[in-house]
Amino acid sequence: VNAQATIAAQWSRLLELAERRLPALTRLKRAEALPILLNRHRIYVLPTRFGLVFSAVLLVMLLGALNYNNNPALLLTCLLAAASYQSVFQAFRAIDRVELRALRAEACHAGDKLRISLHFHIDTRPRRSLRVSVEGIETVFDLTPGSDGCVRIELPAPQRGWRRSGRIRLYSEYPFGLFHVWSWLNPEFAALIYPGLEENAPPLPPNGADADQQATRRSGDELAMLRNYHPTDPLRSIAWKASARHDTLLVKEFEQRRGREILLNFSLLGGMDREARIARLARWVCMAESAQMRYTLQLPERRLGPGHGPDHRHACLRELALLPGAAV
Amino acid sequence: MNAASARLTPTQFGLVSASIVAAVLPHLLRLPLAYSALVLALLIGRWVQRQRSGVRIPAWVKLPLVVLFPVLVILHYGNIFGREPGSALACAMLVMKLVETETSRDARACICFASFVLMSALLFDSGLGFALLLFAALALFLAAMRELEPRPADARKRAWRGVVRDDLRAGTFALAVAVPLALCVFVFFPRLGSPLWGAPTDTSVRTGLGDRMAPGTIQDLLIDDSPAFRVSFDDAMPPRAQLYWRGPVLWYFDGTTWSRPEYFAIRNNAHTLQTIGVTLGYDVALEPSDRHWLLALDMPVEAPDNAVRGADMSLVSRSPVDHLLSYHATSAPNYRLDTTLDREQRRLALQLPAAFNPQARELAQRWRRELGSDEAVIKAAFDLFHNEFFYTLNAPLLGHDSIDDFLFGTKRGFCEHFSSAFTFLMRAAGIPARVVTGYQGGYFNSVGNYLVVRQSDAHAWAEVWLDGRGWVRMDPTSAVSPQRVELGARAAAGASAPWYQSDWLLGLRNQFDLVNRLWNDVVVQFSALRQQNLLAPFGIDKADYADLVAILIGSSTLLLGLFAWWTLRSPRGTGDPLDAAYARLCRKLARAGAARAPAEGPQSFAQRIAVSNLNSRALTDLLDQYVSLRYASALPSTTAVRAFARSVGALRVNAKSPALA
Repeated sequence: VNAQATIAAQWSRLLELAERRLPALTRLKRAEALPILLNRHRIYVLPTRFGLVFSAVLLVMLLGALNYNNNPALLLTCLLAAASYQSVFQAFRAIDRVELRALRAEACHAGDKLRISLHFHIDTRPRRSLRVSVEGIETVFDLTPGSDGCVRIELPAPQRGWRRSGRIRLYSEYPFGLFHVWSWLNPEFAALIYPGLEENAPPLPPNGADADQQATRRSGDELAMLRNYHPTDPLRSIAWKASARHDTLLVKEFEQRRGREILLNFSLLGGMDREARIARLARWVCMAESAQMRYTLQLPERRLGPGHGPDHRHACLRELALLPGAAV
Repeated sequence: MNAASARLTPTQFGLVSASIVAAVLPHLLRLPLAYSALVLALLIGRWVQRQRSGVRIPAWVKLPLVVLFPVLVILHYGNIFGREPGSALACAMLVMKLVETETSRDARACICFASFVLMSALLFDSGLGFALLLFAALALFLAAMRELEPRPADARKRAWRGVVRDDLRAGTFALAVAVPLALCVFVFFPRLGSPLWGAPTDTSVRTGLGDRMAPGTIQDLLIDDSPAFRVSFDDAMPPRAQLYWRGPVLWYFDGTTWSRPEYFAIRNNAHTLQTIGVTLGYDVALEPSDRHWLLALDMPVEAPDNAVRGADMSLVSRSPVDHLLSYHATSAPNYRLDTTLDREQRRLALQLPAAFNPQARELAQRWRRELGSDEAVIKAAFDLFHNEFFYTLNAPLLGHDSIDDFLFGTKRGFCEHFSSAFTFLMRAAGIPARVVTGYQGGYFNSVGNYLVVRQSDAHAWAEVWLDGRGWVRMDPTSAVSPQRVELGARAAAGASAPWYQSDWLLGLRNQFDLVNRLWNDVVVQFSALRQQNLLAPFGIDKADYADLVAILIGSSTLLLGLFAWWTLRSPRGTGDPLDAAYARLCRKLARAGAARAPAEGPQSFAQRIAVSNLNSRALTDLLDQYVSLRYASALPSTTAVRAFARSVGALRVNAKSPALA
């Protein structure tokens, strides 16, 4: 086991060296702008292990047929050999002219899985049994013309901040598993990982001193006003009687009595280390958001808010995610 | 999840099982019945088990099986080496591999092994139909290999029928596309002059002429319609009555069986043959028989290469005929053979077992006493057969005194009985005689201009030695049933022939035999010698290995280059036809000096053209047309797009005076 590990380590070191020395070969050198169209300059082919074993079998068959001077057996061997070796062209065509158009990442907190969707585009030929491998995680997919060509992968996201997807290896062994055809994709892409949320965080801090009592227009208990209908509004909130008197549909907006507006202050969280503070603040931002509160985030160098809503939440989490680490 | 260790889906397992069936079945048809049944039962059992429960087979089930099959093979064949026992063992081991197959890695190992087993089936039978079936099995293998590729989870939900159909179609396509390269390699791959390792001989399972004639041996042949050999004559074919294909000559009779003394093959100089008149030259392509006999017309003038002519004029090959063998032979239809008979030969030719067939003996001796001359005795025997005997393939069984039973009891039989009884009578009458086995007649295929002789044309006749004339052929069967010689065994047998020898079926087979012959001629017999002469038309008289390898590499590179070009060609025409036509129009205008700027839309481009010296009615119309086709409707009609593309093609743009040509 030890020797095996040593060999594996040596091998990966060798690969790294090859990648450093032959950047054109492995496309490590720099990220590329999307879209990335795969073509013959960046597609590599090698026989698989099955391909090598199969070749050995073909060789034995060839020797047998020649030795027995049996022409039909030789013809059979030639047919099988020609069919299997010519599959290299089909294998190449499986990933030739596949285009990576876009990458999209879903919002994700550190410690969760980062869900990335890769959007591929192909011409009129359907592609089968393609595989992407990112950081050792493999996903199999088919591409058919006219479909969205969307491939979802999940990556671990241990740390807050920008996270690059790393090199994406697109490969295939279609049609017969005899040839391994691959290409490296290194798109310019980074996903923002929000800070991890503190588990069992204490409740939101008490009322901020400077926060006024205010009413917010959110779905609450008492009717506050009527506004025009938007397609996303739930049907039950439509004010049917009021609408009947107007040309357009009207929607009831309720008001909720909000007791307070809060301040989330980074520097007030004394006695905790930096990452723990960030985690707690991130949790509080989420709690405040789901409690429909207005909140202000006070960071050492910035102040965000007061505000509320997805945009504000994103701005706060983004600032938290991109705060420099403790060592800096 | 590693794809190689993922568990096989039912469809994948089914396709792999089908591949193994395809590889094993050609062998099982030939192997001992009980053994085949056992292997097949294991295969089916495994498949059913996998469909039902899918539990892994434990080692305590597998291990005894792994031991059982080699033991069975050794018990039956005596060893596990050689073609026969080797293939029997390979079949069992392949099925055993299926028993433990759970992952796609196992399945791929199965396919590799199955390919080898499939190929080895052709070492036993290289007929056209058989070979084509095995070639078709390759498509199944490729389909299984394709199905083993990992698929996304949602694609696994498709019905297996559609999936298998797709796989088979892809496999067949890959195979069809491979034909040119395969043929190229087949033709130019250098053949071995001599085998690398000895091909061990096996006990024969083929039907064919033996060196003995016991009751029933020829009967087995008469119901076998497979071709024995094919002949093409240098000149015209001799009349049917002369088509006696000489095989083993049988001297020794023990009361039931005629057999052949071994040393006659060696004493090949103890004869005198005078040819009278013309000799006939012809080429024979002899199907493998695993025996030493070569067939030739009466009387072969000389032995072909690698064969000797025995003292009884039968041709014996130095090694068993285990592959299709071609030779040229010359025969003299009119001849005089052995005008003197030495003491040893005379003793053999008069040998009779004591205490057998007293009645026949007495009859012969009576003829001798009453008639005197040899010719008269022979005529008496012929008259007896002609007047009182019937030709039938359903001959009744004979008892201890088989000749007596036949001559005075059943009185019905076929060539085997007649030749045997006739020779016995002659010997009993003191005339030296011997039985000759071989074939008589054949079917002349006028399209291919050759004669095919089937096993069912097997025949036995007699030769008597007459003072002053030497050995003379006597066919007592022709005395009973002249059609046997004139029309063949099939016509003589009448309604007693088995169903598959019915007239129209045999006629069809005789017609189709041309294809078999072509196959034999072009593929099976393609040899190192033929390969060397292949390039004679191109000025290379004897292509050596270097030439062949050079041509092999050159031609396959050419073919692969074609495929590479097809693979790498720029995907022109795969895009939208309307865009392609517009791009063509822009290219034309660019050549005339009005290149469209990358950011320029069709309308602003048209405005710029309108004020340039390229302006013409036709051009403006085309650009307007493009705008309306592209932007006025979501899906422009195909005919309109085609019309637009045609007008673009017809447009001649000229910087001075652009016009529609």
